[in-house]
Amino acid sequence: MIVDLQKFIANGRPHWSGLEKMLDRIEAEPNEQLSLGQAQKFHQLYERTAADLAKVTTFSSEPETRRYLESLVARAYGEIHETREKRRKIFPLQWFFHTWPQTFRRHIRAFYLSLAITIAGCIFGGAAIAFDPEAKPVLMPFSHLMQDPAKRVAEEESATGNRLAGHKTSFSAELMTHNTQVSIFTLALGMTWGIGTIIMLFYNGVILGAVAVDYIRAGETKFLLGWLMPHGVIEIPAILIAGQAGLLLAFALIGRGSRTPMRTRLRELSPDLTTLIIGAGLMLVWAGFIEAFLSQYHEPVIPYSAKIAFGFIELILLCFFLAKAGAVKK
Amino acid sequence: MKTSTLNIRTPEGIVFSQNLAGPVIRCIACFIDQLCIQVVMIVFSVIVGLLGVVSFNLAVALYAIGYFAVNIGYGIFFEWSWRGQTIGKKLLRLRVVDVEGMRLQFNQIVVRNLLRFVDSLPAFYFTGGLTCWLNSKCQRLGDIAANTVVIRAPKISEPDLEQLLAGKFNSLRQLPHLAARLRQNITPAEADIALQSLLRRDEFDPVARVELFSGLADHFRGKVEFPAEATDGVADEQFLRNVVDVVFRAKN
Repeated sequence: MIVDLQKFIANGRPHWSGLEKMLDRIEAEPNEQLSLGQAQKFHQLYERTAADLAKVTTFSSEPETRRYLESLVARAYGEIHETREKRRKIFPLQWFFHTWPQTFRRHIRAFYLSLAITIAGCIFGGAAIAFDPEAKPVLMPFSHLMQDPAKRVAEEESATGNRLAGHKTSFSAELMTHNTQVSIFTLALGMTWGIGTIIMLFYNGVILGAVAVDYIRAGETKFLLGWLMPHGVIEIPAILIAGQAGLLLAFALIGRGSRTPMRTRLRELSPDLTTLIIGAGLMLVWAGFIEAFLSQYHEPVIPYSAKIAFGFIELILLCFFLAKAGAVKK
Repeated sequence: MKTSTLNIRTPEGIVFSQNLAGPVIRCIACFIDQLCIQVVMIVFSVIVGLLGVVSFNLAVALYAIGYFAVNIGYGIFFEWSWRGQTIGKKLLRLRVVDVEGMRLQFNQIVVRNLLRFVDSLPAFYFTGGLTCWLNSKCQRLGDIAANTVVIRAPKISEPDLEQLLAGKFNSLRQLPHLAARLRQNITPAEADIALQSLLRRDEFDPVARVELFSGLADHFRGKVEFPAEATDGVADEQFLRNVVDVVFRAKN
């Protein structure tokens, strides 16, 4: 049987047009709530259009009408069957003080794993530089780290002028963008079943461990702490959080021990990934400011003890924030 | 198996399909978006350059942050504001949608755009392109992680057959019993061929058009034998129009 297309279109058109108008309105004003009557009308129009689609698919191969109805049903289906929270106005403070730390704590085991991988890298890097100092160019191929630590400290402490005068803001921006890129990359490499994320975390750890042991062996521990702590206590956890997100992505892909399909696992994880990476990005903005405006100044301009104390305070506040903020009282 | 359509079955048992966009058209859209980003950056650098007169340091910082923000934020901003479309996608009528047909969420857009970092490895979106080529739903890694697909969304308007079928005398309708038999003998696929050939008649080369309608008319004449008074003097194209009228309009 082939449907009487003209009659079919004439009968269905008022309903299809009605649905199209409602969809246009819903899509243009996503925050607007439909009244009960409007929701019932919307559902009724959707069901009618879906039935017409079934009819036209079964009894006629007229593609234009079918495509039109398919596009309407596809749009309405997403609105009617969506069970996830509808987009609302953004509440930055609510997100910052509740959503972000709660999300971090919910996936704390992935963070611990991220931390363990970095520590393993630190141990490897530190041991490598301790046993084979000649390996320095291989372990940390960055020109500013190649210098002898004692010589560098002497140069930094004898510098009279402000080395970063006129460059602080641009240096800070450079640090922020570079570190954020590294964090996003660490997250994105979770798609390699976590192998890329693990390599990134381990390599970061290797550099950190090698630099630390290099300065400690040269007797410059105080300089090292004063140089790294003000920004490092924020920057390193930010990279670890990006690693946490990357590992979560990898777990969702692998799905070991889970009976839910991969698509569902990824769907459930997606909001948390966004939260974690935005949180890490904010931390890196702060770390960039501190590195450019504080970390690069040494004694006698700023006492090391003051810089170390500042770093400790930051670390305690960060730990307190991530551990307690947004906690639900029992 | 790789398919060009994404079929979604609703709980009501209705199936609707979306045409998936292939890697080549997505690559062109991506190229257009990259051009747009470059244009934005040129304009931005001019503005920042003016600021450089006041503070060169600040101008360099703003440019670095701006370049980063535009590169990362371009896709997120447009796909969120335009419901799954960037400028490139809009021009080529592509759209990012949820793989299950649900409403596209902000976090899905963020994830698929951040994962461009890995899709672009080692250069020129090689990983993303390859994944897209091999994946059954033409998804790059970012799409897989975000549960999204890119579909072709041609401009669709309400169908209008008035202009095609109305207001013309149909000699076949003078013989209702034969017209009924014609409707019975024609399959939906054949009816579709007849209808589509009429809807697209202006797209054909004149010679090809004559040949096509001649062939189709012969085919449909063989379905039911109408008396000479109903078909004599009726051109092939008009005969086909009469057939479509009979098939798609059961009653007057």
